[in-house]
Amino acid sequence: MMLTELTIAAAQGGLRRREFSAEELVGAHVAAIDRLNGRLNAFITVTSEQALDAARRADAILAGGGDAPALTGIPLGIKDLFCTDGVRTTAASRMLEEFVPPYESTVTANLLADGAVFVGKTNLDEFAMGSANITSAFGSVENPWKRAGDAETVLVPGGSSGGSAAAVAARLAMGATGTDTGGSIRQPASYCGIAGIKPTYGRCSRWGTIAFASSLDQAGPMARTVEDCAILLQSMAGFDTRDSTSVDIAVPDYRAACGRSLKGMKVGIPAEYRVAGMPAEIEVAWEQGIAWLRDAGCEIVEVSLPYTKYGLATYYIVAPAECSSNLARYDGVRFGRRVPGASLDELYEATRREGFGAEVRRRILMGTYVLSAGYYDAYYLRAQKVRNLIRKDFENAFQTVDVLLTPTAPSPAFAQGEKMDDPVQMYLNDVFTVPASMAGVPAMSVPAGLSASGLPLGLQVIGRSFDEESVFAAASALERAAGFTHRPAVRAEVV
Amino acid sequence: MSLDPATVRRIARLARIGIDESDLPALQRELNGILGWIEQLNEVDIDNVEPMVGTGHAALRMREDVVTDGDAREAVLSNAPDAAGPYYTVPKVVE
Repeated sequence: MMLTELTIAAAQGGLRRREFSAEELVGAHVAAIDRLNGRLNAFITVTSEQALDAARRADAILAGGGDAPALTGIPLGIKDLFCTDGVRTTAASRMLEEFVPPYESTVTANLLADGAVFVGKTNLDEFAMGSANITSAFGSVENPWKRAGDAETVLVPGGSSGGSAAAVAARLAMGATGTDTGGSIRQPASYCGIAGIKPTYGRCSRWGTIAFASSLDQAGPMARTVEDCAILLQSMAGFDTRDSTSVDIAVPDYRAACGRSLKGMKVGIPAEYRVAGMPAEIEVAWEQGIAWLRDAGCEIVEVSLPYTKYGLATYYIVAPAECSSNLARYDGVRFGRRVPGASLDELYEATRREGFGAEVRRRILMGTYVLSAGYYDAYYLRAQKVRNLIRKDFENAFQTVDVLLTPTAPSPAFAQGEKMDDPVQMYLNDVFTVPASMAGVPAMSVPAGLSASGLPLGLQVIGRSFDEESVFAAASALERAAGFTHRPAVRAEVV
Repeated sequence: MSLDPATVRRIARLARIGIDESDLPALQRELNGILGWIEQLNEVDIDNVEPMVGTGHAALRMREDVVTDGDAREAVLSNAPDAAGPYYTVPKVVE
């Protein structure tokens, strides 16, 4: 049996029936990491020994015969933005190259409490700022997919959760955590042919997750099936008094929602997502998704979200503004890198010049500018107002429909080196994912098919605040109809 | 609105990010490219629109004013790049 091919749902059953041990399951993934991580660079830190120790403890619990926690013995990758007690957490930045948190983030603590085994910390864009996983101080991540007939060209995995997406796609982990500020779970999921959900803002605690843009950052799971994402989100989500934006409402049964009937569900198709210059194959995948949901019993409704086109520009004011405030903490004094200086200001300036990469410095500078005296109203306050209009677009649409269906990204994965000269061109990758982030509503990417070049294309389902259940239901229906069984060229094989 | 080199220098100073003179032309070009692109927001009518500062689903919670954490000096200082005893250190700031 190829243990690395299993879904989390199947592995839960196999472990409980003792068809294989947690040590075998985790060992198969650790061996795959040993073989492939040197090439893919999906993990910044691999924790093989701790993982195998945890697997042996999981086997002891499973052997006890009682009710083992849901994720007992399941090997997961953890985006290196979640603080893990005693395990280096870098945010893919030189600034935190040697940072070892003395505490565990709430999301990872929840997963550990449910028995999950962490095989390592996955690579990302530095401080989660990027859409191609090329800004990591620990090197770029390779997408395990290849264009048809082109085994050479290295494609990007998307970003910022590119290491998590590549690890899951290449079967180095059964699932992974990601974070999504403007599309950082959904866009890499689309590029790597896996599923990923950004839940409603407030659903997962942000405590212990290194902050980028606090009014947008939200943790979520990435896995190869919609049901596996549901299983992981069940564990990750929940109220936390240590995050003042955490929302105190019950977490429903997400796995049950995956099997829900779609009869009578109203699906909105937003006209504004038909952007100029979008490749025909993206349009075709979208039309196919609409047909699948209609066949599943949904009523398809044309809707309008007129402020969609301002989403990206709004995002690139709000997110850098919050980034410049959040990253002010990296001062070379309390933790992280320190570059000596003759005065305190020299110490700050030298530390932050050397510790941050070019994209992070650029965003801090942009954020500092839009918040500075004389420009605050013209940029930041205006952006906050446009953000409200974008949110109202979604509220209006959800008066008449239950979910929205859109493409996840305007293209399949592109090659390393493409789109890298102009920051604005890179930002356009997030055109379909940013609006839902601005509104705080849940959104999921699910693989729908392959491009002409043989690369995965994702569709995005967007739901009402705190109605991840409808998102899981619609995404599951798309997944069943798509029957996406394609696998990337680079993956764990016989272990 | 276009940033001149002096403004880029001033922003970098506010952000406490050291830059070299040789960094200025590229930074100026990139920041102006982004600013030019976000100018499109000026066409939106924002009269009588409230700014959105969060999603508004979480009400701020009250709690008793009591200590909930502490006695963690070692953990707090464990990542300090240059701790001295129970203190962080900085270059001399008072003449």
